[in-house]
Amino acid sequence: MSLLVGAFSTACVLAGVFFFVAGTAGLIRFPDTLSRVHALTKADNLGLGLIVLGLLPLAPGLGAALKLLLIWVLVVIGGATAAQLIGAAAARDEHAMPSPPSGGRGLGEGGVP
Amino acid sequence: MTAGLLLDLLLALAVLGTAAWTLAARSQFAAVIGFVVTGLLLTLVWVRLGAVDVALTEAAIGAGATGVILLYVVARLRGGEAEISAATPSRAQRALAALLALSVGGALAYGVLSLPDPAPSLAEAALAGTAPLGLGNPVSAVLMAHRGLDTLLEAIVLVFAVLAVWSMAADHRWGGRPGPVFQREEHGPLSLLARILPPVGIVIGIYIAWVGADSPGGKFQGGTILAAMWVLPWIAGLVRPPSVTDWRLRLMIAIGPLTFLAVGLAGFVVAEGFLAYPPGFAKPLILLIEAAMTLSVAAALACLIAGPPERRRRA
Repeated sequence: MSLLVGAFSTACVLAGVFFFVAGTAGLIRFPDTLSRVHALTKADNLGLGLIVLGLLPLAPGLGAALKLLLIWVLVVIGGATAAQLIGAAAARDEHAMPSPPSGGRGLGEGGVP
Repeated sequence: MTAGLLLDLLLALAVLGTAAWTLAARSQFAAVIGFVVTGLLLTLVWVRLGAVDVALTEAAIGAGATGVILLYVVARLRGGEAEISAATPSRAQRALAALLALSVGGALAYGVLSLPDPAPSLAEAALAGTAPLGLGNPVSAVLMAHRGLDTLLEAIVLVFAVLAVWSMAADHRWGGRPGPVFQREEHGPLSLLARILPPVGIVIGIYIAWVGADSPGGKFQGGTILAAMWVLPWIAGLVRPPSVTDWRLRLMIAIGPLTFLAVGLAGFVVAEGFLAYPPGFAKPLILLIEAAMTLSVAAALACLIAGPPERRRRA
């Protein structure tokens, strides 16, 4: 039984770590703001969600388990709001610039993550 | 064991790396982001060292509140080239500051490296003295009893910090509401967050302050969360700060240090001296101080973030 729980936790946490790594790679590699935000929110939602799911069976009690869930819910709410605000700001910048150079604003401006 | 050591090494390198990146950053915005990232990594360092109380404070005040204040400064300074160049230190001043920082850092590193092997520790003595206080968190016991004077002075410094910010106001603006006026957002993500988060955040802030008696937490960490729960609706334009002459605001800022001072002075009469607690009443008195201080920390931090009054008072 405890072996099964351990395997479940390990699998969930590893899957969560995978989403964090993928999200970070996307944040660094993706060319524009909107796709970067898209990559980042996957790390927040799925990455942290899977890690919390993996830690739930290991929580010492119901209170600790609920606290873990609350942390995930708060991060999801905060992450979703930040993503919306950054997206809106990026859309405003896009409108402010009359003719963006043919969609491919990769290397020159995207150098700094 | 080696995995832990590897993690610590990576963490230490990451802190040094982000700190160097922050110093080298060309734009002010990037530098502030670097500062916040360094603070969050430092939080993980404190967790690895087992100092969860310090980690919470670093995350809440070091990275969080200071980060917000600095971001706000960057936004306010946009376009103010003359002000920025007037306030930028000269090359010689920066070199001197770097030398000072390097020598302090070097002296600290030398001190840590030359400690005797079982490092001298007062932890046993401090723990032995905490039992009569009835506090489960030894850090709170040290802060409120053994080093009560330090904590009292920290509390008073907050009041002076708010006074310093308020005294930046021009004469004709005195009596106005602090900070700029944000446009009220009826719809949108920020307005939604500002409406749904505070009920949860206020409970969490009070919980963190309350749990400080027995677990990591306390007035500064909890008070910062409470301040954030006011700053959020303020930025969304849903609430406006009270005028700096509002006596209720002033009372909120002063009530913590005043309570602390009153309990400290009462120690002359009912206990052995200044800041001594009468036996048997230590825990209720400490909780009273902590509750008043939580309110004051929240009000003072919110005022520090809002800044000096910027609008003329309406007659």
